[in-house]
Amino acid sequence: MAVTEQKPFLQIQGVQKQFGTRVILEHIDVEVQRGEFVAIVGRSGCGKSTLLRMIAGLEQPSGGQIELAQRSADPVATTSSATLRQYTRKRSKLARQPQTARPNTRFLFQEARLLPWKTVLDNVRLGIPDKSREHAGEALRLVGLADREKEWPAILSGGQRQRVALARALASHPDLLLLDEPLGALDALTRIEMQKLIERLWIEQGLTVVLVTHDVSEAVALADRVLLIEEGHVALDLRITLDRPRERDSGFAHFENVILHRLLQYSES
Amino acid sequence: MSSKSLPGSLSAPSVDTPTAQRGSSSRLSIPATVRTDDTRRWRRLVHGLLPFVLPVLLIAVWQLLSTTGWLASQILPSPAQVLEAFFRLLGTGELISNIAISAQRALSGFAIGGGLGFILGAINGISRLSEKISDSSIQMIRNIPHLALIPLVIVWFGIGEEAKLFLVALGVFFPMYLNTFHGIRSVDPGLIEMGRVYGLSRIALYVHVILPGALPSILVGIRYALGIMWLTLIVAETVAADSGIGYMAMNAREFMQMDVIVLSIVLYALLGKLSDSIAKLLEKRWLRWNPSLSRK
Repeated sequence: MAVTEQKPFLQIQGVQKQFGTRVILEHIDVEVQRGEFVAIVGRSGCGKSTLLRMIAGLEQPSGGQIELAQRSADPVATTSSATLRQYTRKRSKLARQPQTARPNTRFLFQEARLLPWKTVLDNVRLGIPDKSREHAGEALRLVGLADREKEWPAILSGGQRQRVALARALASHPDLLLLDEPLGALDALTRIEMQKLIERLWIEQGLTVVLVTHDVSEAVALADRVLLIEEGHVALDLRITLDRPRERDSGFAHFENVILHRLLQYSES
Repeated sequence: MSSKSLPGSLSAPSVDTPTAQRGSSSRLSIPATVRTDDTRRWRRLVHGLLPFVLPVLLIAVWQLLSTTGWLASQILPSPAQVLEAFFRLLGTGELISNIAISAQRALSGFAIGGGLGFILGAINGISRLSEKISDSSIQMIRNIPHLALIPLVIVWFGIGEEAKLFLVALGVFFPMYLNTFHGIRSVDPGLIEMGRVYGLSRIALYVHVILPGALPSILVGIRYALGIMWLTLIVAETVAADSGIGYMAMNAREFMQMDVIVLSIVLYALLGKLSDSIAKLLEKRWLRWNPSLSRK
């Protein structure tokens, strides 16, 4: 799926992050190609979520820079003139408000973060610049919740809420989808379903995905590449060369072992 | 979400009396297997009527005591006499015009004070700077009982409309301010962050996330403010007025018209109940999404 281009889609160069005197990320260099599925794993507190939040523009790096390719030749997104206008408007706002989101990037939090006072459909519409009902309904169909449009989020199950959040993220046809342990709070079965759904949508929508997770097997199941962050550096950059759809066979176990071994090795030393 | 309210404001809407009665009566119930549709319908009817049992019983006893002569009509007129006074004053048009003028005072005072309280609460909820500048002054003024200002208000405005408007607005301002402020401050920061990531403008963030999130608390403020509104108006009209329900009661005292005095008091009770019911209706409509309220 990885498409090699001259300029990487997402370029993280020498990024450093510290809170006060505590250095979280020392020096991170990562390049992500358009269409790639990258998973970031690491022990809790290693700064993997912080890195993701910096990619999203929710936090500013203390040093280095994060560059995101422009929307230009994008065959996937339906670039109507309306969304383009919205896009330029958001860009100008971005200059004034560094805290605001980057364009064409959508973020999925660990919790669904649906607005409880809006129906499922209206929650999804929130993610679309022109608030189109059809596009929102389409996005809900993608995640298999078209029949729940008019419900309040409060009556949905945890997995369904996260699927609505996924629909909200996809409704605006983003280029880059950032996932911050979105399946962490779900039960094992729902989790596997969600993984399959995310994989399918990634392929169908031609997205670039960066997934932060503490679950090594989830990373191996989904990603083209797994990055392991340790001591503020990328300690491992492993290409998962398994075919899709991935079976949990010996090849799968091999990759899992390599990553787990690397993780444990560090904790022993 | 709905139970968040400041000390001193009304407690969460879910602890009102009908619910409490419902809760306690369901505990002494028949085993679930014997419960048929009929018993369920019967129970619902009983629950619907329960709130009326006590008032009706009280009035019946009152009427009985009056007719048997236990209660002298100079002390307390009978319900029938009060009802008579009601129709008498209704006939002369006096009643309607007095209720109208009182309601007008109450509502315009509520609109002014509640509106200001809401706006200032909303601004201070968002801006730390504005909060620093104004909040401690507001808290200081809040601790003065606003009815203590009556002598001052009479000197300033006489007994005209301004005096009543001023007092009602002042009384209503604080519960609205406090609950709006508190409501906005307690909106889930995760939702605000989500709004930012999804590119909502400041105004959109306000309309879609912050205000709806603060609404349960704001509605508690409205209910509490409505109570204060009537209380303030009663006192203001009783002390200094030349029209309105309070004036009607004070005027009747001059002529020892006990029935009119009691009628005024009953009217206040009914108007207070009416405004509370309206506030509750709004709560039910606007907080439909809230599972703890919609189950009612």
